[in-house]
Amino acid sequence: MTTHSRHTAPARPLFEPAIVKRALVDAFRKLNPLHQLRNPVMFTVWVCSAFATALWLQALTGQGEARPSFILAIALWLWFTVLFANFAEAMAEGRGKAQAESLRAAKRNVKATKLAGPDRNGPSSTVEAPTLRIGDLVLVKAGETIPGDGEVLEGVASVNESAITGESAPVIRESGGDRSAVTGGTLVLSDWLVIRISTNPGETFLDRMIAMVEGAKRQKTPNEIALDILLAGLTIVFLLAVATLLPFSIFSVKAAGQGSPVTITVLVSLLVCLIPTTIGGLLSAIGIAGMDRMIQANVIATSGRAVEAAGDVDVLLLDKTGTITLGNREAVAFIPSEGVNIHDLADAAQLSSLADETPEGRSIVILAKEQYGLRERDIRVLDAHFVPFTAQTRMSGVNLGHREVRKGAASAIEDFVQAKGGRFPEDLRRRVDEIAMAGGTPLVVADGAKALGVIQLKDIVKGGIKERFAELRNMGIKTVMITGDNPLTAAAIAAEAGVDDFLAQATPEAKLKLIREYQTGGRLVAMTGDGTNDAPALAQADVAVAMNSGTQAAKEAGNMVDLDSNPTKLIEIVEIGKQLLMTRGSLTTFSIANDVAKYFAILPAAFVATYPALGALNIMGLHSPESAILSAVIFNALIIVFLIPLSLRGVKYRPMGAAQLLQRNLFVYGAGGLIVPFVGIKLIDMLLVALHLTA
Amino acid sequence: MNLQLRPALVAFLGLTVITGLAYPALITGLSKVIFPRQAEGSLIRKEGNVLGSELIGQSFTDAAHFWGRPSVTVGPDGKPLPYNGANSGGSNQAPSNPALKQAVEERIAALRAADPEQQGPIPVDLVTASASGLDPHISPAAAEYQVHRVAKARNLPEAQVRDLVRQHTEGPQFGVLGDATVNVLKLNLALDQAK
Amino acid sequence: MTHAWIQSFIFLGLVLAIAVPLGPFIAKVLAGERTFLHPVLGPVERGLYRLMGIRGDEDMGWKAYAWAIAAFNLLGIAAVFLLQKAQGALPLNPEGMGKVATDLSFNTAVSFTTNTNWQAYGGESTLSYLTQMLGLTVQNFLSAATGIVVVVALIRGLMRRSALGIGNAWADLVRTTLYVLLPLSAIIALLLVSQGTLQTFAASVKTTSGQVLAMGPAASQVAIKMLGTNGGGFFNANSAHPFENPTGLSNLIHMVAIFSIPAALCLAFGTMAKDRRQGWAVMAAMAVIFVAALSVTTWAEAKGNPGLKGLPVNQMVSTEQGGGNMEGKEVRFGAANASLFATITTSASCGAVIAWHDSFTPLGGLVPLWLMQLGEVVFGGVGSGLYGMLLFALVGVFIGGLMVGRTPEYLGKKIEAFEMKMASIAILLPSAAILIGTAVAVLHAPAVASISNPGPHGFTQVLYAFSSATQNNGSAFGGLSVNTPFYNYGLALCMLVGRFGVILPVLAIAGSLARKKYTPESVGTLPTHTPLFVGVLVGVVLLIGALTYLPALALGPLAEHLTLR
Repeated sequence: MTTHSRHTAPARPLFEPAIVKRALVDAFRKLNPLHQLRNPVMFTVWVCSAFATALWLQALTGQGEARPSFILAIALWLWFTVLFANFAEAMAEGRGKAQAESLRAAKRNVKATKLAGPDRNGPSSTVEAPTLRIGDLVLVKAGETIPGDGEVLEGVASVNESAITGESAPVIRESGGDRSAVTGGTLVLSDWLVIRISTNPGETFLDRMIAMVEGAKRQKTPNEIALDILLAGLTIVFLLAVATLLPFSIFSVKAAGQGSPVTITVLVSLLVCLIPTTIGGLLSAIGIAGMDRMIQANVIATSGRAVEAAGDVDVLLLDKTGTITLGNREAVAFIPSEGVNIHDLADAAQLSSLADETPEGRSIVILAKEQYGLRERDIRVLDAHFVPFTAQTRMSGVNLGHREVRKGAASAIEDFVQAKGGRFPEDLRRRVDEIAMAGGTPLVVADGAKALGVIQLKDIVKGGIKERFAELRNMGIKTVMITGDNPLTAAAIAAEAGVDDFLAQATPEAKLKLIREYQTGGRLVAMTGDGTNDAPALAQADVAVAMNSGTQAAKEAGNMVDLDSNPTKLIEIVEIGKQLLMTRGSLTTFSIANDVAKYFAILPAAFVATYPALGALNIMGLHSPESAILSAVIFNALIIVFLIPLSLRGVKYRPMGAAQLLQRNLFVYGAGGLIVPFVGIKLIDMLLVALHLTA
Repeated sequence: MNLQLRPALVAFLGLTVITGLAYPALITGLSKVIFPRQAEGSLIRKEGNVLGSELIGQSFTDAAHFWGRPSVTVGPDGKPLPYNGANSGGSNQAPSNPALKQAVEERIAALRAADPEQQGPIPVDLVTASASGLDPHISPAAAEYQVHRVAKARNLPEAQVRDLVRQHTEGPQFGVLGDATVNVLKLNLALDQAK
Repeated sequence: MTHAWIQSFIFLGLVLAIAVPLGPFIAKVLAGERTFLHPVLGPVERGLYRLMGIRGDEDMGWKAYAWAIAAFNLLGIAAVFLLQKAQGALPLNPEGMGKVATDLSFNTAVSFTTNTNWQAYGGESTLSYLTQMLGLTVQNFLSAATGIVVVVALIRGLMRRSALGIGNAWADLVRTTLYVLLPLSAIIALLLVSQGTLQTFAASVKTTSGQVLAMGPAASQVAIKMLGTNGGGFFNANSAHPFENPTGLSNLIHMVAIFSIPAALCLAFGTMAKDRRQGWAVMAAMAVIFVAALSVTTWAEAKGNPGLKGLPVNQMVSTEQGGGNMEGKEVRFGAANASLFATITTSASCGAVIAWHDSFTPLGGLVPLWLMQLGEVVFGGVGSGLYGMLLFALVGVFIGGLMVGRTPEYLGKKIEAFEMKMASIAILLPSAAILIGTAVAVLHAPAVASISNPGPHGFTQVLYAFSSATQNNGSAFGGLSVNTPFYNYGLALCMLVGRFGVILPVLAIAGSLARKKYTPESVGTLPTHTPLFVGVLVGVVLLIGALTYLPALALGPLAEHLTLR
């Protein structure tokens, strides 16, 4: 997939040595049972491990139920199971922690110049950044670090925000408008800013970001809770199945008159093998890794809930400009009025645009050059006087002596021509309407009192965006284009870009209303926004991505911030959300499917002495009861390690319908989950025998 | 909380009257009119006496009658009372139960003793207890197995007995439902008649 | 074998032919719409409402609904218990049956109210005609109605949007009984009488040979016993008794009656969901498991008893004899019908039998046992089968939904933590009752003394009893002497857990779903009407069933099979 972020996945290898080292230490630290209590499945394994250890100690005194070495081997591998799960979680956290550390560096030792009043030359005091509260005013000069999140009250400055965004090119921050928000920890490079602090210490963007990447205050997400309940339910079922096996076995030994009741060691092993340790052990790693992938995509989510909701999104509201179309329009044709030579029109159009450095202006010059061979002329040589665009005149152009060449909106040029005593031709009026209807923007060119014709400007739909929308449609997601254009223009662009629907002449109120309508219909809506007037809609949307370049209000209303300020990011965010759920679902299926093989390994081993005929269930042909049980336990522990990369990277998402996706994942993780352990357990058994590690 | 006692009681009593009294009474009344014989047990009567029901088997153990399925029903005293129409039931012996094998061996021995000349394998229904203990039927194979013994005991030609068996053999109902059967009581009554 | 399969397909065809019109009819009745029966039964319905002081269209929240069901069933338990205690002094008791022991009375009362119809008693030797009619027949109807209204409430929960109520329990019970159960029972009863099933108030008959023939109003009870998947026989031998089930045709009627309503309810679900495919998908999942199970039983029973190897016994299937494993089977049905019936009666939570499952081959007996342990969801009990299957569908949708990267939805309703909690409880409680019950029994000497067969089969007998009671089936490995205080009280407890431990979570889910918003379907939604989803559903049911019970089954039927083969 195309991505615009700079911290994309390859930037940090999956197993970075430093992270692995720390994760290994953390894996042991997490053996604390209080930590395990959060996860019922792994807590069960912890208890089983402790129990097996106790059995081993008992066996050492000579009163054990089996050979001490066997019990020890089981106990060790049960502990490994816990450790491996801890390691997975620590790995996931470690990747976030590394990032958090670099963020923390930005926070350190910041001093602030606190102003007593809005006057920057007034009295001030130097304070520590963490003492600042909402409403405090600070002055930040070139070379200083901004002490906290806030709003620029006065001044213009270039700011280096690389500590947050990773982008080293400075950005402009100024009072008023959409570029007034500043983030604590970023560096003012030039000039100065008077800032009103807008968050209390501990709640700043930087703080939230650190907390998020560290996963420290990670709340379980709704789907995770539901899955936890299911896994706990399964754990209890297996606990029952295994615990009742002891009485069943005692009875069977009596009924058969041979063998001996199943040992606690075997029961404990069976229990750990059956309960869904694979998913249980990796569950929190998957969740943390999902957040981590968001961060890799340079998106900061305020909660795991938001990441999960991204996977459920049904409707994407996309701003036309910047997302669907390139920000700039391009001249595509010159259409002369009746009786006007097209070359004259092209010439006038080019003249009027020579000094126009806007992308539209450049495209007019280029079109004239390419289609009519008009070379670019040096504006100084012509002794021309450039007339810039103003909001009052709504025109721009050039004065060459008395010659006044203008281009602008049809109504503005009409006024201009009439003021000069000319007449606005009817056919031109029709042309203008036609262009507007086709989704273009008409610019009329006049030379003095004569309207020469119209330049057709067109929105340029981004390359590949249509295919992208088709993919989204296959995923079941509806795309809606939001634009300020009139309905006709909007419809034409919508058709060209392949969006499902559009909202034309969009006002903030209309946007909000549209979101509510979709939500009433039961749909989840995602949108991006940057301006303060987007804030209500952002607050209403289920997944709201604020641009980092946007205002503080927008950032607070959204539940994610895109550090790249890239509106197309929404699509990537949806995929990450889906990936998160898919990884959980697939590993759950895999984990449960594994149990079949484990039964075939352990049941015959446990009961062959009582009912020799049950040896027929040993279809893997495992060497001995002890090796069979040990192999199953080892497999159960190792599979967690093998699946750590998958749970950190996530199951690959493919844009296809739910039915195909399910079929694929069922095949890979369901059928795979049935078969893999048969092979794995057999191989481990062979290895144990080859190494003489088992009786 | 509204305990809804009134609707609960009324619904329960109302529906009890409808389904527990009105409904059985209605069915009994209709049956009496439409299917009087079937409703009262498909009894075989002779001169006012009830010989039995054509649906319920009876115990025959002498060589001159066809034997039915082994029955393991017990009497009120708990002692074996085959074909006890007041207490239906089967052996509930498992296939792996040695007692079942032993019972089958005893039944084989009894059949062999009654007709030492018959040495072929015995049809399974003749040595296994029925579910109800009242099974009125045996398979045609089981009847055929006994033709030699019955004919010999009665001094009748085998062909005549075999003919009688054929007359009392019914294929599966409508040609498909269930297996072919021979009604033992009716066959034996016909045999007694033929004498 | 061909003969066996022809009969099976005739059976399945008839079930389908009845379910297709019956399903929409049930949906109509429970929507309170007018049917062709209203001119006759409408006044009865309205009269009952007037006496109850309710209006049929008053909605209840799930808690009120659940309480109504509970109160109604508690009354049923009390009534059946008291009838047995007092039958000696009541009319319609030509055999002069005395009062029934307390533990047995309690067991029977619970058993019939929970739609289990476990028989620790022998019908013809314990109960008066009045007890059979006013106690047992009534509960045959009412427990069936209870199951149906609960699943209808669940479907309403799925369909309603942002609603608080899930219907009116009283109206649902009355409508189900009057318009669905009564007319169908009457038709079935008369069909059975035509074949020779008894329907008389006369006392027992003594023949000239001295044989005593027990009599009674059997057909009216047998009809609802099958139709309501109750299964409690009028006689001890249940449907193996020639007076209950005299011919091949009566047997077919028995079997079709068992599956009619469970199959029809699947289609009623499709009708109520305004998407018939949903109903067909659930039914297809049931049918797949059923046919697979049937194949195993039929094959195992037709092969005959391996224990008789070496004896001069012919167990071959031929035109001259049904053959196969004939111990505990009737000649008129043969091993093929016995296998079919056993699979049906344990797929559905009926529990009526035409052959003794205890005497089935190990694999032939494993299938009925496992079908019960799956939760009685393969067609299952009337209502309870479908709501059980819908619980599994929720679990399937949950895992499947995660696998396609979306918060799981079923019929547009999001499946979240509360639903998973309730579904887990509903699946967990019965498993716990079965496993713990069996574990206690095999360690309890008096309970072990009830076992009649040696070796692993003895263990299977106990496991079967607790599975049957908990899953409200009622069939038995009959050799186990269960008329003891331990089993009477223990199994009754399991029946209550298996019944209300599922009904209450189901109603809670219904209430929670009804309150939710509807999420429209899209390409990203996991479709729940496709063969793929049918596969997922089958997989979930089989996997949960296998994983929970495989160890126990290994020590019972599997060990017996592998030892005996």
